[in-house]
Amino acid sequence: MLVLSRKIDECIMIGDQIEISVVDIKGDQVKLGISAPSAVKVYRKEVYQAIQRENIEAARVKPSALPSLEDLLPKEKKD
Amino acid sequence: MGSIRVLTKAYGAVEVDERQKLLFPGGILGFENLKEYVLLDAAQPPFYWLQSLEAVEIAFVLLDPRVFRPDYSLEVAPEELAEIGLHSPEEALDFAIVTIPEDPKEMTANLQGPVLINRAGRLGRQAISTNPRWELRHPIMKELALARKK
Repeated sequence: MLVLSRKIDECIMIGDQIEISVVDIKGDQVKLGISAPSAVKVYRKEVYQAIQRENIEAARVKPSALPSLEDLLPKEKKD
Repeated sequence: MGSIRVLTKAYGAVEVDERQKLLFPGGILGFENLKEYVLLDAAQPPFYWLQSLEAVEIAFVLLDPRVFRPDYSLEVAPEELAEIGLHSPEEALDFAIVTIPEDPKEMTANLQGPVLINRAGRLGRQAISTNPRWELRHPIMKELALARKK
């Protein structure tokens, strides 16, 4: 892994279209600015990881556990 | 177009129309190596199964989020739609993946990572919602009960 030191307002370029700048540093938190073409999607890694974990959990489903929604709902009262 | 024989986690071997076959070029997050799926009606409506054609034990329960969230709208980046040849959210067939814990009443739907399908192109993709209102675990039964009260 390439490790670079940057100060506030300094940037790195990834290729010739993606620019990442250090906007602010406070304590243990770094604020980054990212300019990239719209086709490049930028997400926090935790979002990806959370969805991956949820999918792995979802894939464990036992087919016999799949209920019918109607069976789970409380029966509507008839007047 | 003929029918194909598919091994499913839920129903064993079944014959399905070849048009139910979907290619997920990027896979599903956490299962990036699995690209081919079929979409099947579950025996328990309104659920569907997204069954992997490459690993029989991998199948996801899908649900149209509007079933329990009438206010739901698909909010994803246009680039995510373009990846599977779609131009607007209205063109997508979209689902939430359902997680069913031990007590099925506690089942949740993932609206943060909606599954998008281009029906005509038979392509699929798991996108990431651009609206933080749509979360990883929506309690289906609670929200369904709320929707019915209104």
